[in-house]
Amino acid sequence: MSARFELRGVGMHYGPAEVLRGVDLVVEPPRLTAIVGPNGAGKSTLLGIMAGLRHGFNGDCLFDGRDIRAWKRPDLARRVSFVPQAARIEFPFTAEEVVLMGRAPHAAGLFESARDREAAYDAMDLTGTLELRCRDFRSLSGGEQQRIILAAALAQDPRALLLDEPMTFLDIHYQVTLYRTLRTLCDRGVLVIAVTHDLNLAAAYAQRVIMLNRGDVVADGPPAEAFAPERLRAVFDVPAELLTAPDGRHWIRYAD
Amino acid sequence: MRIEGLGKRRYWTAIMLSAAVAVVVLLLSPLVGPTKIDLGRVLANQAPDYQVFVMLRVPRVLLAMLAGGSLALAGAVFQSLLRDALATPYTLGVSSGASLGAVTAICLGWQRVGNLPAVWASALCGAGLVMVLVLGIAGIGQRTSSFMLLLAGIAINSMCSAMILFVNSMAGFSQSFSILRWMMGGIDAVDYSTLGWLLLLIAPAAGIVIWRGLAWNLMAVGEEWAAARGVSVKPLLLTGYIAASVLTAPVTAVTGPIGFVGLIVPHALRMRIGADHRVLLPCSFLLGAAFLAVCDAVGRVVLAPADLPVGIITALLGGPFFIWLLRTRWKGAWL
Repeated sequence: MSARFELRGVGMHYGPAEVLRGVDLVVEPPRLTAIVGPNGAGKSTLLGIMAGLRHGFNGDCLFDGRDIRAWKRPDLARRVSFVPQAARIEFPFTAEEVVLMGRAPHAAGLFESARDREAAYDAMDLTGTLELRCRDFRSLSGGEQQRIILAAALAQDPRALLLDEPMTFLDIHYQVTLYRTLRTLCDRGVLVIAVTHDLNLAAAYAQRVIMLNRGDVVADGPPAEAFAPERLRAVFDVPAELLTAPDGRHWIRYAD
Repeated sequence: MRIEGLGKRRYWTAIMLSAAVAVVVLLLSPLVGPTKIDLGRVLANQAPDYQVFVMLRVPRVLLAMLAGGSLALAGAVFQSLLRDALATPYTLGVSSGASLGAVTAICLGWQRVGNLPAVWASALCGAGLVMVLVLGIAGIGQRTSSFMLLLAGIAINSMCSAMILFVNSMAGFSQSFSILRWMMGGIDAVDYSTLGWLLLLIAPAAGIVIWRGLAWNLMAVGEEWAAARGVSVKPLLLTGYIAASVLTAPVTAVTGPIGFVGLIVPHALRMRIGADHRVLLPCSFLLGAAFLAVCDAVGRVVLAPADLPVGIITALLGGPFFIWLLRTRWKGAWL
């Protein structure tokens, strides 16, 4: 059980706009990795490339030593799961049905197996969504929907979990719970990479921070190093200082 | 507390109930019509009951069921493919292509092409042409998405509609009447060989889409959602579009466009049994078949001996449903 991403000179254009420039990275367990950066830095594009969802990029993106584009879709989906920012569903799927969709790459027939139901149960238990299971997905709040989407990705039983802004709609309790959950997954050997805007949660919980700015990797290291005040000022254009709590965790204080 | 998923019991209950409804309609609706049928005389092979029953009523009911089933199934597939509960089998232009073909044949006075009435053959060609054009525009290259299909389909659809109006404006009075009558859509008795080739086209297409029920669930949420869960999106989109067009085109060629079946049936079913396409698709076929046969039976008797085109009945039932659907959508969005 391994999971390893290796990117060599990955670049991406949308028309004339260059959103990623020659990105070289190796990401592997066990460290919880956060990708941060200002708007338009290329974070989501990078994550999409690693999830095998964006084609047409330059350079190489390898997962477990094989080109991401050469993987067969179901094979990749059994190993890598992707959590989008949100899902807009037009049809009356229940929360449970949405979570069970995560089992699709493992499906062996028309009906879910006992293993599928067990995986969905565990995922919903872990995300605190079991009591929502019979609700119409569309009737859930933004944060509840996000937890269901996360549960669907966990039910997929991945070796690598890629999250794109997973806590936009989560209240503070679930933000912290989510990061704890991600840390637990890391401890179990799952490769976890999260794109996030919340620098403080990244500073407190991530063990590795990759900072992008206009398509370039400008920092890659532990939070204390990546969130150096002069870099925050240069990249995000805000004066800030990095503080350390007595327990060794970091947080960032923004100045006016 | 436990996760249930799609249990075998729930699955088979829904399918068997739908099948039972379809069978009851199949058995009863041939008896409905302006002339009363005595089953005893039918079984004894006595005229005219036997002839009316076997040559007129039964094939008409079978055609209604094939058409209703195909349209409802195609509607459900297009709704998943375009992620729009208001999509119909006609949204992407298959029926305007068929109509353009039919209207051209009527206007030019073509009678027969080989074994087929010229109107059917020409309608089939029109629908086929639209399918090829839409695939050509949306299906070639890397960037095939349901949005591209939608744009290509809508563009072709409006071009065909414009050409139908053009042909109609060139047509004489009696041709214009035939065109109008065709555009209303209606079920007539056909011979059994027609039912045979319709079934040969419909059965494999229906089988293919029903078999991919799980993938349609994922596609109904989103293309990226499906891709991240192991679905090859482009082949599925193209298969779905082609299969749903093959479901729609032949019946449209024979019956003319019949609205609302493809909209009402899948939507009503989603409210009763949920959105899971593994159940939704086969039930849509069975209940769409039953629904159209019932509408056609109603059309045979409400103004008997006049025969109302079934399109009128489905639209009169479907229109209010459509409005109600829009209203509840608003409520859901704002309250």
